[in-house]
Amino acid sequence: MKRREFLAATAATGTVLATGLAGKAMAAEPLKVGFIYLGVPGDGGWTYQHDLARQAMEKHFDGKVVTNVIQNVPEGADAERSITQLALAGNKLIFTTSFGYMDPTINVAKKFPKVKFEHATGYKRADNVSTYDARFYEGRAVIGTIAGRMTKTNKIGYIGTFPIPEVVQGINSAYIHAKKVNPDVEMKVIWVSTWFDPAKEADAAQAMIDAGVDVIMQHTDSTAAMAKAQAAGVYAFGQSSDMIQYAPKPRISSIIDNWAPYYIQRAQDMLDGKWASQGVWMGIGTGVVEIGEITDAVPPEVKAEALALKDKIASGAYHPFTGPLNKQDGSVWLAAGETPKDDMLSGLNFYVEGIQGDLPK
Amino acid sequence: MLTLEKRPSPSRFWAGVTPILAVILTMIAGGILFAAMGKDPVEAILDIFWQPLFGDNADYFRAQLLVKAGPLVLIAVGLSLGFRASIWNIGAEGQYIIGAICGAAVGLAFYPADHWYIFPLMVIAGALGGWAWAMIPALLKNVFGTNEILVSLMLVYVAENIQSWMAFGPLRNPEGMGFPGSRNLQQYPAASNPELIPNTGIHWGVVAAAVAAVLAYILLKKHILGFQIRVAGQAPRAARFAGVDPKHLFTICMGISGALAGLAGLFEVSGPSGQISTNFNVGYGFTAIIVAYLGRLHPIGIVLAGLLLALTYIGGELAQLSLGLPSAAIQAFQGMLLFFLLGLDVLSNYRIRVKETRK
Amino acid sequence: MSLGGIDLVVLIASLMVASTPIMLAAIGELVAEKAGSLNLGVEGMMIIGAICGFIAAVETGSPVLGFVAAAAGGAVMALLFAFMTQVLLSNQVATGLALTLFGLGLSSLLGQGYNGIKPPPTPKLFGSLGDLPVVGPIVFGHNWVVYLSLILVAGTWAVLKYTRAGLVLRAVGENHDAAHALGYRVRTVRTLALMYGGACAGVGGAYLSLVRVPQWTEGMTAGAGWIALAIVVFASWKPWRVLLGAYIFGGVTVLQLRLQAAGIAIPVQILSTAPYLITILVLVIMSARRGRAAQGAPASLGRVFHASH
Repeated sequence: MKRREFLAATAATGTVLATGLAGKAMAAEPLKVGFIYLGVPGDGGWTYQHDLARQAMEKHFDGKVVTNVIQNVPEGADAERSITQLALAGNKLIFTTSFGYMDPTINVAKKFPKVKFEHATGYKRADNVSTYDARFYEGRAVIGTIAGRMTKTNKIGYIGTFPIPEVVQGINSAYIHAKKVNPDVEMKVIWVSTWFDPAKEADAAQAMIDAGVDVIMQHTDSTAAMAKAQAAGVYAFGQSSDMIQYAPKPRISSIIDNWAPYYIQRAQDMLDGKWASQGVWMGIGTGVVEIGEITDAVPPEVKAEALALKDKIASGAYHPFTGPLNKQDGSVWLAAGETPKDDMLSGLNFYVEGIQGDLPK
Repeated sequence: MLTLEKRPSPSRFWAGVTPILAVILTMIAGGILFAAMGKDPVEAILDIFWQPLFGDNADYFRAQLLVKAGPLVLIAVGLSLGFRASIWNIGAEGQYIIGAICGAAVGLAFYPADHWYIFPLMVIAGALGGWAWAMIPALLKNVFGTNEILVSLMLVYVAENIQSWMAFGPLRNPEGMGFPGSRNLQQYPAASNPELIPNTGIHWGVVAAAVAAVLAYILLKKHILGFQIRVAGQAPRAARFAGVDPKHLFTICMGISGALAGLAGLFEVSGPSGQISTNFNVGYGFTAIIVAYLGRLHPIGIVLAGLLLALTYIGGELAQLSLGLPSAAIQAFQGMLLFFLLGLDVLSNYRIRVKETRK
Repeated sequence: MSLGGIDLVVLIASLMVASTPIMLAAIGELVAEKAGSLNLGVEGMMIIGAICGFIAAVETGSPVLGFVAAAAGGAVMALLFAFMTQVLLSNQVATGLALTLFGLGLSSLLGQGYNGIKPPPTPKLFGSLGDLPVVGPIVFGHNWVVYLSLILVAGTWAVLKYTRAGLVLRAVGENHDAAHALGYRVRTVRTLALMYGGACAGVGGAYLSLVRVPQWTEGMTAGAGWIALAIVVFASWKPWRVLLGAYIFGGVTVLQLRLQAAGIAIPVQILSTAPYLITILVLVIMSARRGRAAQGAPASLGRVFHASH
């Protein structure tokens, strides 16, 4: 801000004093951390959780870290410009919080080798670009277990967004664990082809309810499905944020994206001069995937079972995709005791055996 | 009592002054809005209008201004021809998408070959794609009399679905780890539309926008088609007597606007944006309608309007950065700017007269 | 009654709910267009209605007051449009688009602090009558806004067709110069028509935020206003066809989700494209059958009215 410096200088008139102040400001210069958001914090979901984590980080460092945000940045050309703006504005660490920012992030990173970048959910890295993602499927295993126990009609529903690996992992994980505790369970998937359209999400939930589904899981972010579940007296789970306002029923638990531990860690690495490029995929064990409070609507033994599973996943004793597991077409995916490599999992593009319907291609 | 009296022709003086007046009024109204939100209004206004042009790193932002304005101007010039003749193509967004898909598909069909003719072929495919998409409402209108506003608008949604299908299906990057989205054309030199002169932001799309504006200017001034367009808009009945075939004119205007929108899509997908993804389109086709009217449907006006709108986008992001203004405040601010620009236009088309009220 | 695993009664009941917001917005826009004003800012008015209604309902605890506030909010937005286009004679297409942009921004600003709150519920009007077989869900199973929307369609039809006010409104829309020469106040008529349109759009928006979703989320109208505009043209400016158009559109949307739930394998992209393609198809059939002269558009639609004397 040239103008500000100019104003400060004229106001101080005594040049010695002015330079003295400037010098002091340099010494206590806080770390500037930039964020770009695909949506707005008011979406109550994906962006909201990133923004909560940003605030938690700022609070944690109490003045040592300041943040800059650009919201509502479309993926593509605008993203490249916005990320460049963050870098030009002096941010030393920049979080780009949507998959579509992947190539723009890499492009900008080439031009600013001294700035560190953190790209969410992507797979391209560089010396100054890390990637981070969450193992949401671990959370899906826990709520899938609850869903399998809670359904009376033996029909559980899953509102899908787009058939990308993250969503396919979620559907498979939820189904496998529901089936494990309830062999008669049947899974209905509705693809709404949007991340955000509350009205359509509500319609999808209603369509499931009318088709006999009595436990709804969702990959979409709004509480629209929750409200329909409440009206119909069926169960649902919070997604992205806790959605606790719908507890104890229909919201019986939730999967929460909690990015705060990671953001604090990476800012700390910067302050310590220890930041290095990495690719992390964090699960329940790191606190990034949280299971929201399981309410009293769930019988104690089911709650205990779910929490035990959660602990086993957190400690690494159990992988939600442990063989024997077959693909939808009946061919073998994982042999008994086998678990998939992360590379394989992050490109998952098929249903496991037992799920009805075709995965859209 | 104040009354308006239509000027025989728009006042050149007011045509020049009103945009400046509108910007000043927006600064005042926007400043009040920002102040009400507890932000420093002066700094916010400076961030939006001054910093991108003359502040820190202005070189970069001035270049980005061209990148952002390029597609808006290119589409708006095409639309303005139709709008002048009362031909309502409001589906440029769809033509933009289809142009990008066709162009990218042609480019990717050659991957990873390296020939000089790949990019020119993509340009042709992009223009043809946009043209063909615009021909659907044109044909339906000419054959059945179906309203083009609705058909072109509906086709935007159809195009978005095709785009999503392409991103997941035929054009999906085989090395993309199962994620939707095509290969990035920026990384395929034979099919990419790079910056032509380093750090200027000028790419083929910007060049095309400039050329389109000049050609449209000449067309409207000198060519018989330009005359027909103007007559058809001002006096449809007279146009018939002057030998204008409305169907023919309709086809031509829809075709031009569709082809230019398709070109804009192609230049965007092969350049700044890079790939076909589920949300490749960002509303340029709709924003261009505003640009066309802000520029009073005149090619030079459209260039200026495109640049002004681009400025508020880029400056708005700067204000988000330095002041933490939410993007919603910027949207509201842009809305105000448009209201003032459109509203004050009254001064260039009309005289304000004080009249005694008749009893 | 069920077809391919889909219960038809439930389907009809749910498509009525899904269609209500676009129907409300469309019937309002129809009146504005009948008077000769093309307001493309429906989306902006809807989202303002959604947030005004939400705030009022949450603050007062009364959904009825919420809908009243939504109508007022939408009408104020329309008044802004009327001032721009009728007094300052600005271009209607561009002003409408600006209104949408402004409305989206303003609603987000107003809505800060209202995320994640549950609004007070809007009850069903006929209570247990809704449990009757077949007619229950379809006829008695809704809340009062659904019935209001139907009454508005009928009322709008009756007023336009049978009353003097309707005649004046249509005259203004068909030929504003002649209407002016006859002594009708063109601007006043258009302003009132626009405000009615804004109020309806506002109620439609509030139906999303208070009933159908119900919550406040930024940008939650997600394009419904554009669909409403399309339905007016689809209906060729006839109120009953607005009803039909809204139900067809809402029906196809709901149906495609239900087909998925029933496990009928049709590619998702085809399903989600279907509402738009069907709209185009119906429109083509209608316009082909009736010939090109009778599209039904008001002759002065979108044209600037300026009385020179």
